Amino acid sequence: MRGISHPTSGAVGEFFSKRLSMTMKLAVYFLTTGLTLLTLPCGSFTEVPSKPSGTVTVLPPVHPAGGPQAFPNAEKSDLPVFAMNYSRIQVPFEITLWVLLASFAKIGFHIYHKVTFWVPESCLLISIGLMVGAIMHAVHEEPPSVLSYNIFFLYILPPMVLDSGYFMPTRPFFENIGTVLWFAVVGTLWNSIGVGMSLYGVCQIGALEVQDINLQENLLFASIISAVDPVAVLNVFEDVSVNEQLYIVVFGESLFSDAVTVVLYNMFTFVAEMPVVETVDVFLGVAKFFVVGLGGLAFGLVFGFVASFTTRFTSNVREIEPLFIFMYSYLAYLVAELFNISSIMAIVTCALTMKYYVEENVTQRSCTTIRHVVKMLSSISETLIFFFLGVVTITTEHEWNWGYILFTLLFAFLWRGLGILVLTQIINPFRTIPFNFKDQFMLGYSGLRGAVTFALVFTLPDHIVRKKLFVTATICIILFTVFIQGISIRPLVEFINVRRTNRNLDTINVEVHSRLMEHAIAGIEDICGQWGHYYWKDKFMKFNNQILRKILIKDNQAESSIVALYKKLELQNAMEILDTVSEGTSTAPSVISLRKEKGPGKPKRKFVAADLRKMHDILSKNMYKIRQQTTEYTTKHSLPNDSHTKEILIRRHGTIRRSLRLRSFQSPDEARNQKYFSLPAGKSLDWRQTDNGEDETLSGGGYPSAPRSRIGQPSRSSSRVSLPLRRLDTLTEVSSSAGVDLVDERSGGRGRAGGRGKSRLNSSSSDSRVPAPPCHFDSSEVFHGNRDSMPEQEEPLSLSVTWAEEPSDHDDSSTQNPLLRRPRWNPVKPKNP
Amino acid sequence: MGSTNSTLSKIPNVEELMRETGFSPAHIVRLYDRFESLDKEKTGHLRPEDFGAINRQDTVDFHSFVRILAHFRPAENNRPRDPSLPEPVNSRISKLKFAFQLYDLDKDGKISRAELLQVLRSMMEMQVTEEQLESIADRTIQEADLDRDDAISFEEFRKSLEKVNIDHKMSIRFLR
Repeated sequence: MRGISHPTSGAVGEFFSKRLSMTMKLAVYFLTTGLTLLTLPCGSFTEVPSKPSGTVTVLPPVHPAGGPQAFPNAEKSDLPVFAMNYSRIQVPFEITLWVLLASFAKIGFHIYHKVTFWVPESCLLISIGLMVGAIMHAVHEEPPSVLSYNIFFLYILPPMVLDSGYFMPTRPFFENIGTVLWFAVVGTLWNSIGVGMSLYGVCQIGALEVQDINLQENLLFASIISAVDPVAVLNVFEDVSVNEQLYIVVFGESLFSDAVTVVLYNMFTFVAEMPVVETVDVFLGVAKFFVVGLGGLAFGLVFGFVASFTTRFTSNVREIEPLFIFMYSYLAYLVAELFNISSIMAIVTCALTMKYYVEENVTQRSCTTIRHVVKMLSSISETLIFFFLGVVTITTEHEWNWGYILFTLLFAFLWRGLGILVLTQIINPFRTIPFNFKDQFMLGYSGLRGAVTFALVFTLPDHIVRKKLFVTATICIILFTVFIQGISIRPLVEFINVRRTNRNLDTINVEVHSRLMEHAIAGIEDICGQWGHYYWKDKFMKFNNQILRKILIKDNQAESSIVALYKKLELQNAMEILDTVSEGTSTAPSVISLRKEKGPGKPKRKFVAADLRKMHDILSKNMYKIRQQTTEYTTKHSLPNDSHTKEILIRRHGTIRRSLRLRSFQSPDEARNQKYFSLPAGKSLDWRQTDNGEDETLSGGGYPSAPRSRIGQPSRSSSRVSLPLRRLDTLTEVSSSAGVDLVDERSGGRGRAGGRGKSRLNSSSSDSRVPAPPCHFDSSEVFHGNRDSMPEQEEPLSLSVTWAEEPSDHDDSSTQNPLLRRPRWNPVKPKNP
Repeated sequence: MGSTNSTLSKIPNVEELMRETGFSPAHIVRLYDRFESLDKEKTGHLRPEDFGAINRQDTVDFHSFVRILAHFRPAENNRPRDPSLPEPVNSRISKLKFAFQLYDLDKDGKISRAELLQVLRSMMEMQVTEEQLESIADRTIQEADLDRDDAISFEEFRKSLEKVNIDHKMSIRFLR
């Protein structure tokens, strides 16, 4: 929230306050971590109590060297005034403690941000896990054996995969879908079979004493360690803005390789139990592979569409809207598990299809909630896994076999490198933008192993004889890749100087011209008789606009991305101006001249700084959060980065409403100086966040990429306000804002009489402005009264606080900025060129 | 393809064409086949009715056909270019020029507001009102127009797109 600049207490003061807060943070952190740590062993000790009934008298909570001393009660059994009943709450308690501990660890990392810059979070988590494991080992304590096959697959994996699927940047994904699938599926297969065979070959060497591992088990192990988890790498890629194709291939590969690995895992565990494998089994395996994959896809699509359709009707049950998303995705996952088809594919597809339509149907708040919760859940899962990995590394019994483990490492790298080379050679001719060697190196280097690998190996069925060896080898490879590759990737990326991509190309020009080029390409492809990407994209968009959107989105008003971008840019300009004004204010009244470059003759405005601050304050507290199209790239450990947007948060405070009514806000003098925004009728700035803000092509809204931001109405509004609203604003000078100039020109060019409403930052037409005396607030109250029937949670309504109704003598259409108005659904058909 | 040579010999000036555009013989043959299939009346020219596309000239013969399509080849920027040679057809500048010409219908070297409006209209016909189009057009010109002449010249056009990877956007992979 952008508030007024905090008191400038001077550099020293700030330094000290920072230090103090850091120390305090550290202190709190260590205290609480220590406490939680110490209670942990206590928790598991209650397996050993002597009391049958479960009530234990109070005992000193910390007793590292031994079990809790349960003093036997006297047989009289008085009414226990104070008793502890641990076993009842044990399971949820321990889970909560573990999660809390892991989260504290995360807080701890970020105290000093340089740490997370150089060392990926997974490393840090594992280290903390190692420490905790060491402590537990020292007290001869076992980690809770909670990680079983079912728990992992039913509770821990779905959130992680949902997160990847939900935040997958759809446009680059679909543009590169062939490559992604090629690398993921074929690559993982190549890796598994290659490593498996090589290891089997190695097993035949007698000296290593691993002859008892047969081919199936080797293949099983190899498939487990082929699952890549390049979270750390993706973070670095995003920070460096590496080129889009590389990013999406790594991202997609991780997701689908998980799917493939799980399928192979299931297949090979089944096969490992079979004494003999015949060729028919191989064919069956291949067939099963396809069934599993395509089945997952189909299930995901079905659930995705059903979910989108459901959200069409949820306008009256706002509170549980996010629930639908989660329930449907989870249901997709479980139903897929029921039929033994790829649940990961199902949930990913469900998330992909759902996201686009749901985000248009659902309120802003639900949208935020969904994203937030998805990130949170996946963060928990992943944190837990890595943390647990660290603990387990110390506390389990390892079986160490130098030869096998070293060969595993060697083959894993070898086959991955070879695989990338070969696969790229095959697929490069089919790509418009081929991968060069740097890209290939990066691809190969991003093969970190992580959470899924660990969980899979840990939950291997016990009849695999050499399970311990596998666990040890897996842990080795995970630790190796995560630490060494994870830490070194950042300097390497810079050193190798991989192709970067340009982001933040948020200009109308770029958008318009990009669209034109896309159209041109689609046409050319058609002429050439080729069905390339753009052709299919075009076809899909038509289908989407004509059929799908009508069914799945309520109140369907398609909005072009160009229009959306335009609106967003104009508003951003306004925000920027607000910002520069507020930052530059001092206590002395400032005389700010407007648009001095426009020449003489324009009236100058005076603004009292204090009032500016007041305005800014009120606006900040009451305006809706404007969300921009998010960057494409997201990381597992953070929400999509909104920090570049100028965000102004909204808060519903009935009190503010009332206080504003009472406050005499402006003197008539200053009132004349107010600039007004105009907004479409009855609308709040209900911007939808789009999570695929394409950097280069904010391409047409139909494709299953992000929904475009638009000014939507509060979906529950049954009574649309017919009068346009105006925002009171204190926009003053603009030294170079394009928006102002544009507006100027536009208003100049139009020469319309009703110039007041439409130019926002324009001072020249401020003469014609109606001053905003306090009476406007009364009318806004009245206006507000219309909507009192709305439930209180309705966010956008509080916007009406700062919005003054225009006096009713205005003509509706002329006062609005035509662009901020939503297009009506029956536009006048333009003449054909 | 066995018929490559025979097809090639049917096309006049084929070596010059290949040199100019950089297409390989296989590409040329494929495009020729496509040209013939579009040219339903075998006149050797394509008219706008043949493919309903907007085109500069009234008719297009095979050479122009290939030349236009050559703009869309992926640019090769690895080999250093001999500065005395004319700019290859598929370089970034040429692609930009091509895109510019899509706007500039009257070929005066500038994109005027009306031309921009027309393009915008045809791109976004269903979704926006006329006023919105005008606003967008105004803003577009506003952003790009550096010398305040209310039109976008090629230089300004190029500058506004300098960060965009034109090569990615304006290339298609020609099948053999």
